Amino acid sequence: MITPDRVVRTVCPYCGVGCALELHVKDDLIYRVTSPFDSVVNQGNLCVKGRFGYNFIYHPKRVTVPLVRRYLLEGQPRPPRAEAPQASYPGNGSTPSPWDWIETDWETALNLVADHLVRIYRESGPKAMATYGSAKATNEDNYLLQKIFRALFRTNNVDHCTRLCHAGSVTALMQSLGTSAMSNTAIEVLDSDVFIVTGSNTTENHPIIALHMKRAVRERGAKLIVVDPRRIELVDFAELWLPLRPGTNVAVFSAMAHVIVKEGLYNRAFIEARTEGFEEYVKSLEKFTPEFAENVSGVPAEDIRRAARLYATAKNGAIFWGMGISQLSHGTASALTLVHLALLTGHIGRRSTGLNPLRGQNNVQGSSDMGVMPFHFPGYMRVDAPGNAEKWEKAWNIEPGGLSRELGLTTTEILSHAGPHGVRALYIMGENPMMTEPNLNKTRHHIEQLDFLVVQDLFINETGVYADVFLPATPFAEKDGTFTNTDRRVQRVRAALPPRGQSRPDWQILCDVAKRIEARLGRPTAGWEYQHPSEILAEVSRVVPEYAGITYERIEKEGLQYPVWDLKHPGTPFLFSETFPRGRGRFIPLDYVTAAETPDDEYPFILTTGRLLEHWHGGTLTRHSSLDELYPQAYVEIHPADAEMHGIKDGMMVKVSTRRGEVALRAHVTEKTTVGVLFIPMHFAEAAANLLTNDVLDPQARIPEYKACAAQVFPLHEEMLSPLPRGRY
Amino acid sequence: MSETFTLSINGIQVTACKGQTLLEVAREHGIDIPTICYHPATQSNGLCRMCVVEVEGMRLLQPACVVPAQAEMKVQTDSPRVHRARKTILEMLASTADLSEAPEIQRMMQAYQADPSRFPEAEPRHIPPIDDNPMYVREYSKCILCWRCVQVCAEDAQYTYAIHFSGRGYHTRIDTFYGLPMTATTCVFCGQCVGVCPTDALEPKSEYLLEQGKYPFPFR
Repeated sequence: MITPDRVVRTVCPYCGVGCALELHVKDDLIYRVTSPFDSVVNQGNLCVKGRFGYNFIYHPKRVTVPLVRRYLLEGQPRPPRAEAPQASYPGNGSTPSPWDWIETDWETALNLVADHLVRIYRESGPKAMATYGSAKATNEDNYLLQKIFRALFRTNNVDHCTRLCHAGSVTALMQSLGTSAMSNTAIEVLDSDVFIVTGSNTTENHPIIALHMKRAVRERGAKLIVVDPRRIELVDFAELWLPLRPGTNVAVFSAMAHVIVKEGLYNRAFIEARTEGFEEYVKSLEKFTPEFAENVSGVPAEDIRRAARLYATAKNGAIFWGMGISQLSHGTASALTLVHLALLTGHIGRRSTGLNPLRGQNNVQGSSDMGVMPFHFPGYMRVDAPGNAEKWEKAWNIEPGGLSRELGLTTTEILSHAGPHGVRALYIMGENPMMTEPNLNKTRHHIEQLDFLVVQDLFINETGVYADVFLPATPFAEKDGTFTNTDRRVQRVRAALPPRGQSRPDWQILCDVAKRIEARLGRPTAGWEYQHPSEILAEVSRVVPEYAGITYERIEKEGLQYPVWDLKHPGTPFLFSETFPRGRGRFIPLDYVTAAETPDDEYPFILTTGRLLEHWHGGTLTRHSSLDELYPQAYVEIHPADAEMHGIKDGMMVKVSTRRGEVALRAHVTEKTTVGVLFIPMHFAEAAANLLTNDVLDPQARIPEYKACAAQVFPLHEEMLSPLPRGRY
Repeated sequence: MSETFTLSINGIQVTACKGQTLLEVAREHGIDIPTICYHPATQSNGLCRMCVVEVEGMRLLQPACVVPAQAEMKVQTDSPRVHRARKTILEMLASTADLSEAPEIQRMMQAYQADPSRFPEAEPRHIPPIDDNPMYVREYSKCILCWRCVQVCAEDAQYTYAIHFSGRGYHTRIDTFYGLPMTATTCVFCGQCVGVCPTDALEPKSEYLLEQGKYPFPFR
């Protein structure tokens, strides 16, 4: 037993649940993590990542010194990328390469960053500049990053991984309701009597919300409907499981709406009082009979009817969804079908009901709120709507008309536009697109087209190897700030440790970069003299009305759920009790759409991707922690029936290929997946699922189709592997 | 609030609600009753009997953490009989379990002047630490069988059911089914069990290594 020097209360850096953590520190080492039993979000419960996943902080591969490539230090022109060796850190090999990483001081690194960003901006203008924010970083970090690119480089090419996770949901909710966050608080599920979980493996990806759900079922008698192609753990708790083929959400949920309308189970009073477009929408439902849905999705029509009746007749019905809804080339349509169900039944605007997109990252809600999106300033103010740019021009001391009113490029588009006439300089803060973008083989060609790449992170990850300058940032435990969790709760993140080595908190790095850029451009200052992150949040609160009442003092003990309209406002546990932000909720008629790629003779399987309890997204953190010891390897899930037909046994090496790439990994023969469906987790660089995924985008939300593409799988037998090299010496 | 009534604790008239336990009522009124196995976030099972109180008209001492308060009850929380029972419980615990990392129980031992060597013939349980996963270590020599870990692994939090009692009497211990390594069970390594363990029998691997000067091994 060790007596801690201090115990620091902060927020978990992994998923969007936002659990309270207490970090026990001895000699600047975190050796134990607990959670206060009175925490409103998680009541003392944690998952394996929150409780044990922190030792990446001490991993020897963590970079704690600024790094620049040798050619930059020597003032040489950028050599061709083909000459870049795979890994040249620390650059003290016997044969110096212009791409060697050289350890340097902050002054040199920051000046190089400012010099080259400004050079490219002068040469090619705003369209050549772009940045990725980070849903792992704090609100303050993200706000500053977008401020740099908007105020100094006058571009809206600002985005982050929200594009890759819930862009479909955000677009659908924006179109139909006028806002995009989770409508209710997750723990309210304890008082729902029926709830739908779809496209979300909640147990693994939002473990603490899954605990609430299980409790609702076991102790409160709630009925759970799971709509998911995988037999996820929650199916054990479900009244009904609708195992649909990936990419057929629109058919299944529209068929549920069809049943609700045909059987007169809809809430007429609510529809009349709060919605518009009902008549036209009902016409569009004609084609979505349960039999039609059964035909395309494989879900028995009778189960669709039962699910529809259960949800429609509930007292408090809620819908929770994850990326299985949004990560499709029709992610917007797919999420709209869920909005329709809530509008039809009136299961929204009350406690324990609602539309609840479970946000993935610890701060994906916050970084979206902070305007790290190409279409919106902070506070979801459209960049192209009149009056919005003016507000920010005033706040940032910019001449009228100075800010760009043009929509910027999204995450996937930023890289696909890389090149001499498109995006030339990219600044990536804490993201790993070389793991998380779809169709990585193509993405690699794109990233090689950049002229200058700055990466600000903890590790040289799959993206960091393409960087020209690497700025060592600090993880959650070494900085102050705020995260906004999935139920809109803005919570305090506190430094428990001093920054390791020379690493610095992101907000400090960004302020220093900004000041240098500003001086070189000779612009009047937009304001970068912050002594503490609380001053950054105060700047946000002055302009963004939803954050107006949030101050560090108020969230010292417990977070506040925005909107918090003023300093007296208590926060908002659930939204839409009176009205929707756009006025009436809108029904939007839909046609049947499905995945862009469907199975054929050559690629007879549907490959779907997702996450594991033990790992986190691109793996930059968890694969450098003891979580990797717990779950060291990728695998592909295949159903026993398929496995038998293809001669695949549990644990066997197999090759999975799609039209875009192939990976070799072990097979896990399990009924957790359904017949015809393969599943590969996205975390493992050595068998990256995103080498296989389809980079087709949803036309409105620009989200890629991670959840369904055509694939083939075959066993890798010994004789198919190349012989060992003979060796010449 | 549901129906209320009065009862007397240590001669003081107090008000209670239907459904409250004696422990809850006492604590609400600032009357301290020591507990070991009780945890506000878990189901109470009245296992350790540290919280026993004397209730007039009842033959046996009553565990306050599970006995519901009733109207007109006359309760003594610190009578000589209660005191002797608690002292004996602590002495019995100390005779078999390693309480070196349970400061709260040590404080109780002092408060009740419990003599750890009262039962010299008792055999302390020596169970080697089980280090079978990267997340936490189980040192059952320190375990006092409070049941909290089993409770949070089951319905109190995780619904995982990875651990249970095995053996009987003196040989009772917390175990996985068939004594399998934790990685071979349904355990999801949430560590709720570590979070509620009162004696450090369950300890994060990082703390276990730091005690031996090996953390952040293998990363330092």
